[in-house]
Amino acid sequence: MRVTCTVNGSAATAEDVWEGESLLFVLRERLGLPGSKNACEQGECGSCTVYLDGVVVCACLVAAGQAQGRDVRTVEGIIAPGGGLGAVQQAFLDCGAVQCGFCTPGLIVAADDLLRRIPGPADAEIREALAGNLCRCTGYEKILDAVRLAASRMSGGEPEGGAG
Amino acid sequence: MTTVPGAPTPAGLAGGHATGAGVGASVARPDGTLKVTGEFAFSSDLWMADMLWGATLRSPHPRARVRAVDLSGALRLPGVAAVLAHDDVPGRKTFGLEAADQPVLASGEVRYQGEPLVIIAADHPETARRAAAAVTVDYEVLAPVTGAEAALEPGAVPVHAGGNLVRHVRIRRGDPHAPADIVVRGRYQVGMQDQAFLGPESGLAVPAEDGGVELYVATQWLHVDQAQVAASLGLPPDKVRIVLAGVGGAFGAREDLSMQIHACLLALHTGRPVKMVYSREESFFGHVHRHPATLYYEHGITTAGRLVFVRARTYLDGGAYMSSSPAVAANAATLGAGPYQVDNVAIDVYAAYTNNPPCGAMRGFGAVQACFAYESQMDECARRAGLGPVEFRIRNAMAEGSVMPTGQVIDSAAPVAELLSRVRDAPLPPRPVRGAPAGAAGADLRDLPGGVSNTTHGEGVVRGVGYAIGIKNVGFSEGFDDYSTARVRLAVVAGQPAVTVHTAAAEVGQGLVTVQAQIARTELGVDQVVVHPADTTVGSAGSSSASRQTYVTGGAVQAACAAVRAAVLRLAAARYQVPAGDLSLAAGKIVSAAAGVLADLAGLLGDEVIEETVTWRHRPTYPLDPDTGQGNAHVQYAFAAHRAVVDVDTELGLVKVVELATAQDVGKAMNPLALAGQIHGGTAQGLGLALMEEIQVTGGAVRNPSFTDYLIPTILDMPPMRLDILELADPHAPYGLRGVGEPPTISSTPAIVAALRAATGRPLWRVPVRPDDIAEVKP
Repeated sequence: MRVTCTVNGSAATAEDVWEGESLLFVLRERLGLPGSKNACEQGECGSCTVYLDGVVVCACLVAAGQAQGRDVRTVEGIIAPGGGLGAVQQAFLDCGAVQCGFCTPGLIVAADDLLRRIPGPADAEIREALAGNLCRCTGYEKILDAVRLAASRMSGGEPEGGAG
Repeated sequence: MTTVPGAPTPAGLAGGHATGAGVGASVARPDGTLKVTGEFAFSSDLWMADMLWGATLRSPHPRARVRAVDLSGALRLPGVAAVLAHDDVPGRKTFGLEAADQPVLASGEVRYQGEPLVIIAADHPETARRAAAAVTVDYEVLAPVTGAEAALEPGAVPVHAGGNLVRHVRIRRGDPHAPADIVVRGRYQVGMQDQAFLGPESGLAVPAEDGGVELYVATQWLHVDQAQVAASLGLPPDKVRIVLAGVGGAFGAREDLSMQIHACLLALHTGRPVKMVYSREESFFGHVHRHPATLYYEHGITTAGRLVFVRARTYLDGGAYMSSSPAVAANAATLGAGPYQVDNVAIDVYAAYTNNPPCGAMRGFGAVQACFAYESQMDECARRAGLGPVEFRIRNAMAEGSVMPTGQVIDSAAPVAELLSRVRDAPLPPRPVRGAPAGAAGADLRDLPGGVSNTTHGEGVVRGVGYAIGIKNVGFSEGFDDYSTARVRLAVVAGQPAVTVHTAAAEVGQGLVTVQAQIARTELGVDQVVVHPADTTVGSAGSSSASRQTYVTGGAVQAACAAVRAAVLRLAAARYQVPAGDLSLAAGKIVSAAAGVLADLAGLLGDEVIEETVTWRHRPTYPLDPDTGQGNAHVQYAFAAHRAVVDVDTELGLVKVVELATAQDVGKAMNPLALAGQIHGGTAQGLGLALMEEIQVTGGAVRNPSFTDYLIPTILDMPPMRLDILELADPHAPYGLRGVGEPPTISSTPAIVAALRAATGRPLWRVPVRPDDIAEVKP
């Protein structure tokens, strides 16, 4: 089948999609966007987190056909208006929240979503919002630091790299 | 250096002044930007036009005779390009890290659930999976051997022709039967832990015009992969060129081969690129795990609280193939007494073959299992001696100059007592206000055991505090020729001196690429440093394992930089007609002792390119005496201590870890930001083993091969972590550094269990601790 949707602001079409393919597979293998990751492919790890019509979902749990005509935004589309790194991305770098980096794209999207909904989250809110994103390298301490720093920069507490 | 939770330490900016981005600075990762934008190419992200997808058919039985394999159903499917079995392996039919005992594709017999039998290449991953399902295998199912102790009993069915004993490590020192006032006995068990890296086994094999193959893969040691792949393909090693693709975590699970030979076989057979990506379920069958262990310990102590003897017997379940079991057994034995002074020792460690999943390397191997047992024993010894747990440990702590059970004298810092007292003296987290309603001044539900499941508002919740310390060897041991190779190139690029560092060392997330560049900046005073992608066109770096890579490859990079520096000074000496001995290289300038600055580096070099390749070794180690286990087997020892604070719902057996405090001696903090990340992450894996992580195996079959059923800590499970870093230089190591990756994984598990015992009074002799083990009502 053919799947047409908007991905990161541009029209995208995937041809010859088998009905059993996930949105994640289509993004990674047919649309050249491997940023969303394939750590568990059953909705447990959050490494494939993307926006679907503005709501975060695990792309591995969305059938490709369900994305027809909808708006998808992936980690590749999380950039500042000027084209640089978003605030969350810059804070992940600055705080050492990235090690192997396999969980990072999903966490970037999930943290971006959190800070859109709750600009100054308490630690408990950060933990709750990111509880669906597994990381095996960091023990999450630096990820918490990064989200706090991004929140602070976005609220004007410290100059930020972008609007996220 | 002490860091407390909630205080971000921002990374320094790469590209600043040389001295600001060298050794000791919190330099940002060079691959960080690509990783936060999703552009970093992991091994599962690779793609080529015309590529095929590989799939693997695996045995559903832990032990069976294979009577017949019928491939015809798979071959008939449209879109299938190749279906290969045992007979299609052109070279050596087996592989393995220490012995080539594992079939590339099984025939005749399968020895564990998940053993590969047939591989397929097809035009779509689903086609390949369907083809695997269309292969018919006629099995005669046999009763599996499923426990290490049972496997070693007389009359046990042999898993391999040579019997079930992989290795027995025997250590004897002093008089293990010396009289003691008090004897403390215990039996402990450690479950099978999974490394659970997030990036599944994957890679892309591309056939080459010269009849060889190029393999892009996530691994921990390129050259040991190359040697094994070449042997099974029947090719000379130079026809198998391996490039490190992006590695999504490792933790030991990428030491053994997974899809490497299979993908190359399929690529050479079809003449097309072949990509293989394991699913999470397949990943659980695609790599070795941490050895489950049963440990019997006896400690003799005096009434004054001094250790007299330790006697231990440990059984490690190695599963169906050898992997690194011999080294795991050596660690469990040589480190089996812990970081304590005890003159009388009898330790026997047995690793056995069974029909359980193969076990091998996982962060802290051998030391993790032993530490849970000896630290549990230390708490009971302290209680019996009427001493506090830290007081008892400090009274018996080893120090620099102490003698290991192997007779090896510790010849650098061993601040065991100091690490313990530092975690003991760190401020404790505040206690919640008792009786206050949740959501008001009292505890947030999210801070309580059970969280928002709303299982308690504080009633039945008891707080406990526990301590533990562990010891780990750094680097490869027992006489292994442990070396690394570095090629460093210095040239002028766009008017500025620039350095390229090329090694085969695997960046697996730990930050080795950052540290290699930092070393080059410090040694050569050059800002602009690029780390070349790791591949097999340079000599071996050894494995990213055993906390060794910053030590050994760091040492190689330092040595190669020194060779480059010497060449620069020879060039300057000839150019300016001064003795090379009077010259030095400082901050990018050639400086003469007599005349001051002679030139800047770019001016001296012009079009000259200086390149040096150096192979570097740490001090030699020696084998253990087979009868007594005596010998200087290890090159360096590392120590970390933990204090755990837990809240336990004693009625439901639910646990909330409130805080983990760590103290670790790292010799030299090469990159403080990356160092903190290693300690945090290692501590988290130890928490997982204490509370939730176990591959459940029944009758040789894995019951929970998914992240739905195999749980690893989430951000809700992890408490704030307090770090206290000591930098006591090891004079034998580059920059005085001490390996840091493994120690925090070792001591966090027993510290948490000690805290649970303190809270509940229950013996808790097995990890992971289950709610049933804690709750007052047994199921």
